[in-house]
Amino acid sequence: MSHPGIAGQVEGFAAEPFADPAELQRLANHIRLSAMTMTHRAGLGHTGGDLSAADILATLYGAVLRVNPTEPQWPERDRFILSKGHCAAALYAVLSMRGFFPQNELATFMGALSRLNGHPDRNKVPGVEANTGPLGHGLPIAVGCALSARMRGETWRTFVLTGDGELQEGSNWEAAMSAHQYGLDNLTVIVDRNGLQQGDFTENTVRLNPLAAKWEAFGFGVVETDGHNSAALLELFARLPLVKGKPTCIIAHTVKGKGVSFAENQPAWHHGVPTTEELGNAALELEAEVTW
Amino acid sequence: MVNSPLAADRESPQKSDTTDLADCRDAFSRTLMQLAETDPRVCVIVNDSVSSTKLHPFQTKFPDRFVNVGIAEQNMLGVGAGLANGGMVPFVSGASCFLTARAMEQIKVDLAYSKANVKLCGMSSGMAYGQLGPTHHSIEDIAWTRVIPDLRVIVPADPSETAAAVRFALEYEGPVFLRISRMKVPRLLPPEFVFRPGKAEMLRQGNDVALLANGVMVGRALEAATLLEQQGIQARVLNMSSIKPVDEQAILDAARGTRGIVTVEEGLRAGGLGGMVAEILATQHCAPMRILGVPDIFAPTGNAVFLLEHFGLTAQGIRDAALDLLGGGPSIA
Repeated sequence: MSHPGIAGQVEGFAAEPFADPAELQRLANHIRLSAMTMTHRAGLGHTGGDLSAADILATLYGAVLRVNPTEPQWPERDRFILSKGHCAAALYAVLSMRGFFPQNELATFMGALSRLNGHPDRNKVPGVEANTGPLGHGLPIAVGCALSARMRGETWRTFVLTGDGELQEGSNWEAAMSAHQYGLDNLTVIVDRNGLQQGDFTENTVRLNPLAAKWEAFGFGVVETDGHNSAALLELFARLPLVKGKPTCIIAHTVKGKGVSFAENQPAWHHGVPTTEELGNAALELEAEVTW
Repeated sequence: MVNSPLAADRESPQKSDTTDLADCRDAFSRTLMQLAETDPRVCVIVNDSVSSTKLHPFQTKFPDRFVNVGIAEQNMLGVGAGLANGGMVPFVSGASCFLTARAMEQIKVDLAYSKANVKLCGMSSGMAYGQLGPTHHSIEDIAWTRVIPDLRVIVPADPSETAAAVRFALEYEGPVFLRISRMKVPRLLPPEFVFRPGKAEMLRQGNDVALLANGVMVGRALEAATLLEQQGIQARVLNMSSIKPVDEQAILDAARGTRGIVTVEEGLRAGGLGGMVAEILATQHCAPMRILGVPDIFAPTGNAVFLLEHFGLTAQGIRDAALDLLGGGPSIA
C-alpha cells in the first residue's frame, strides 16, 4: 500500500506526504493553535506539553508514519503510541488534519459525550492506538506491538512518544529492558525532553540526567536532537534503526510551551488554559488560524 | 528471587495427593499447546514463571511465540496489550497474586478500558501457596477484577472446565481473566465440556438450600451436599465459574426455589462471589445468605489444606453453614 499522505483537510496543505520542513513547521503550528483553541474552549487541557510535542507529531504524521486514514485498522500500518496521553489535544489535532476524522469535531474536545475525551480512547477515535493517560503505559504497549510485528514476520514499525517526567515511572525501564532483550530494532522511542513536569523542572523533582547514558545502558541506540527542528527529525527518522539489532531512542530536546512566548518554559502552563486574549496573541505568534 | 513461587513447586504439600485429583494447570498448558498448533495468533507471555505456569512445553515447541519479560508484571500486561494490537492473542500468565496486584492499573486501562484481546491467566490463585504467606495469596483478585467493566472473569472448577475456559478465551474477542488454581481437585465435568459465559451449571438439584461455589470449592460443595443429604436436606449446587458475566437468573432461581443460599469461595468474603450474589439478591429478591470465604484478616502460617480448614472452607464447614442458615444450628460431629 502506498503512503496515503496528508488528507488535505487543512487548507493549503499538500495532499501527499511532504518532506519539506517548512511545511511541517506550518503543520506543527496548526497543531499548536488547534490544541490551544481546544483547551480554551474546554477550559481544561495540557497546553505546555501539547506545544512541546507539536513538531514531533507533525513530522511523524506529516512525513514518516505509514498509516491510512481511510482504513485506520489497516493491519500493516505503523503504530504510533502517545504515551503522554494528557497531550491528547495535540494528537487529536494532527489526526484530524491527517483525515482520521472531521476537523470540526475538535470543537467538541472534552465536551459532554464527545468521543474526544481528555485522554485518548482507541475504541472511539480512529487513529488512536492505545488508551493512555496514566503515565508509563505507552512503552510497554509499544514493546508488545514491536514483538507482534516480529512474530508475524511483518515490516511495520512502532513509534512511541513519552514525556520526560513520565520516565520516573518504573514500568518504562521494565519495558526498555525487554526491548533490549528482544533486540527490537523496529521500535523507536521519542522522549519529549522539555525538562518540566507538572510541579517543577524534572531535575528539581527526581533528576533524569544523564538521560542518554541511561538509555544507552539499557541497550538502545541513542541520539539527541532538537525536537523542534523538523529537518533534523526527518533525517533521523529516515535512517532507523540507528543501530541494527537495537531499539532506538531519540531524545528530542524541546521547550514546554514552544512557539507561544508567554507559555514557554513556564511550569504553570503545564495545564494552563489560555484566555481569549492569550489565544489571539498565540495565533499571531504562530501565524496560524483556526476556522472551525 | 523474592517473588519466586518456585520453592512452593518443590515443597507443594499437594504433591502427595492421590492420582484421582488433578492440577488444573496441566489442562491449561495442554490446551494452550493444542490451540497454538492450529492458531498462529496464540502466544504466551510469562514473568519468569515458566515452571509455575507449567508452560515449559509451550516454550520448547513454540519458542518464537513465547515471551519472557522477566520479573516485570506492569510491563508484562502492557506487552500483552501491544501484542493484541498487532493481531496476536497473548495468554499473559503468572502467579495471580503478582499478576493482578502488581499490574492492576494495566489490567484496568491497557486491557479492560482498551478492550484489548488479551487473556490474563492468574495461576495458583487463592491460598494455594499456603505457607508462603499472605504476600503470595491471591484472595483479593476476584474483588478487584469483577468491578472492572468489559473484563470477563472466569474461575474454572476442574481440568475439563479449565480446558474449556481456555478455548473460550481464544474464541472470545476481548479481555478475559482466568483464575487457575494449583490445588488438586476432583474431576467434576466431562472432557468434552463446553464453557458458556454467564451460565451457572447446576451440578446437583435440590430445593432446601443452594450452595454456590467456584474454583476449588466446587468439589467441596458437592461433598457438603452429600453430607446434607444424610440429614435429609437436599442441596442444590451451582458452579459459579462465570463471575462475569454472571448468571443472575440461576441466582434468582436458587433464591426463589430454596430456603437460602450459601456462597463458598477460596477468596475474601468481601467483594467476591458472595458479595456479588448479595448485591443481586439485595436489589432483586432478598433471601437468607451465608458467605463463606476468608474473613478480613491476613492468613496465619499453614499449607493450603490447613488454611481451607482453618477458615471453614471444607465440606463440613459448608454443611454447618447450610444447617445454620436453615435454622438447625451447626452439626456437632
